[in-house]
Amino acid sequence: MWEYTDKVREHFLHPRNVGEIENPDGVGEVGSMACGDALKLMFKVDDNERISDVKFQTFGCASAIASSSALTEMIMGKTIEDAETITNDDIAAYLGGLPKEKMHCSVMGKDALKKAILHYRGLEAPEIEGKIICECFGVTDKAIEESVRENKLKYVEEVTNYIKAGGGCGQCHDAIREIVNRVYNKTETPPEPKKKLTNIEKIKMIEDTLDREIKPALEKDGGSIELVDVDGSVVYVKLIGTCATCAASELTLKNYVESKLRELVTPDLVVEEVKK
Amino acid sequence: MKVIYLDNNATTRVAPAVVEEMLPYFSEQYGNPSSMHTFGGMLGKKIVEAREKVADLINADPDEIIFTSCGTESDSTAIYAALHSNPKKKHIITTRVEHPAIKNLCEHLAKNGYRVTWVPVDREGRLDIDYLYDHMADDTAIVSIMWANNETGVIFPIEQLAHAAAERGIVFHTDAVQAVGKVPVDVKQTGVSMLSLSGHKFHAPKGVGVLYVKKGTRFSPFLIGGHQEKGRRGGTENVASIIGLGKAAGMAQKDLEGEMDRVRMLRDLLESSILENIPNTLLNGSRENRLPNTLSVSFEYVEGESILLMLDQLGICASSGSACTSGTLEPSHVLRALGVPFTAAHGSIRFSLSTYTTREEIDYVCEKMPPLIERLRSMSPFWKQGASCAAQ
Repeated sequence: MWEYTDKVREHFLHPRNVGEIENPDGVGEVGSMACGDALKLMFKVDDNERISDVKFQTFGCASAIASSSALTEMIMGKTIEDAETITNDDIAAYLGGLPKEKMHCSVMGKDALKKAILHYRGLEAPEIEGKIICECFGVTDKAIEESVRENKLKYVEEVTNYIKAGGGCGQCHDAIREIVNRVYNKTETPPEPKKKLTNIEKIKMIEDTLDREIKPALEKDGGSIELVDVDGSVVYVKLIGTCATCAASELTLKNYVESKLRELVTPDLVVEEVKK
Repeated sequence: MKVIYLDNNATTRVAPAVVEEMLPYFSEQYGNPSSMHTFGGMLGKKIVEAREKVADLINADPDEIIFTSCGTESDSTAIYAALHSNPKKKHIITTRVEHPAIKNLCEHLAKNGYRVTWVPVDREGRLDIDYLYDHMADDTAIVSIMWANNETGVIFPIEQLAHAAAERGIVFHTDAVQAVGKVPVDVKQTGVSMLSLSGHKFHAPKGVGVLYVKKGTRFSPFLIGGHQEKGRRGGTENVASIIGLGKAAGMAQKDLEGEMDRVRMLRDLLESSILENIPNTLLNGSRENRLPNTLSVSFEYVEGESILLMLDQLGICASSGSACTSGTLEPSHVLRALGVPFTAAHGSIRFSLSTYTTREEIDYVCEKMPPLIERLRSMSPFWKQGASCAAQ
């Protein structure tokens, strides 16, 4: 359950200015049904460039409807110039805050307003600039960069909350992280790729791990372990002392020895016991 | 405000008789069944009784019942038991519509050296059985397929699937969390190797589940500790809840004879009322092979969370597969696997009934739904354009 403020609930249950205006002076449409939310904002302007009537239609969740409703109240009676300064944070603040996962609802409001004002001025919305980074929601690098700067976003998760980028398949998370880093002038230092171990390195590491980690633990119980052979990813070992006769030896091998080796050497190792 | 609870696939009301049965084991009879003294030890008998009742419900032997803490634990135990018992086998087969307890576990395993085959479903949520057969391999450690889907209620042909796996010598596990208590579940007839169930889905409390393990199935415990459950699941028994589960299992068995038909009738009433009175509404999943209590419908041009909150205002509890309700941005993986278009998946609502659901409640929901959807559609910028292509 979302923690909505009373004001969000109130605007959702009793939205202001729902509907359409005939021959509006400005219209802005954003979002799509596939995305899960969409907003159409319409307004009329009087002789003093004041917004004299405003209506909206929204497809979306409670916070999308509430953000749209709030936006119409906020801009009603304002001059275009004043309305233009409204940010998505202003919309969220007007509603007493939005859950962080729902910030994109307020961004949708701001974007629709921006488009409607452009339309009023007879300007087309600028062509989509930049390269699409998030294929799922069609978000460009420019848009991500702008949102990161405006809202001081630091993490991929926050970018997703604000403009949805990265909220689908997740394949663009690295690209988004790079953009965030670029904005803060951080140079990306990619983690060193784990290089494939040679057989000799692998055997050496298995031996080290057995000696350093595993043997001391088994010796506490009066047992021990000996490496017999390594064949590809299969590690053959012999259990010694109490371990050799212990009824739980299979568990020791699988749950302890194998998982330790997987953790410290490579994750594809399988441990097999050699009896005698 | 009176609550009309139609979210029984999420959890159910603990039956008053179950609560009553459990109460003494919180206060007076608080012993540990492992103790040597009579005060604790006598609880062992109560656990034996509960085990027998649960075994009866699914036609298992009591020895084959392992009590766990929840359905998720049962699922994890089953998968890991199969993998640890067959360390050379690195392949798992499951479906694209599993509950997160299996889905996320298999995704995790896929990142850790295992191959996972995700069997697809068709538009009605029915499994592509040929795909499953074609992908069973020599190194398949386990096939895990849910008995019934939590979102759509669609039931899979478990007997046929389990036999196919058995012919290849592959362990077959089923997550029957949504099925047990709603439809007859018979482990002997179906021949499954392992089965998970969860108490709180059929009027026992939360925090108690079961893993059925067929005799002769290789097993290794997930929780290693004391000798409880014959060493198959360490940890002091959740005595009160296990006793409650036993009671609920006995009651569920009675409900399967007749009571579930009443639930089915109410569900059908709700379904036909919604589909007939609200245009642009689609049923998700097969109408025939379905749990008697579950109804998943999609309302085009409106968004699920908005519907849920409007219902909430009326005291009606339901759930949605829409993106906005989950905190993710994509609609549920189940609806996407069915190929429900995004436009409809965003407006999906699941109603799930129980033996406590009354005719009056269903009538009330039938009455409230059309104006509620109409109101949200009147706000939607797509509705007018949409209405013209209604009959698709």
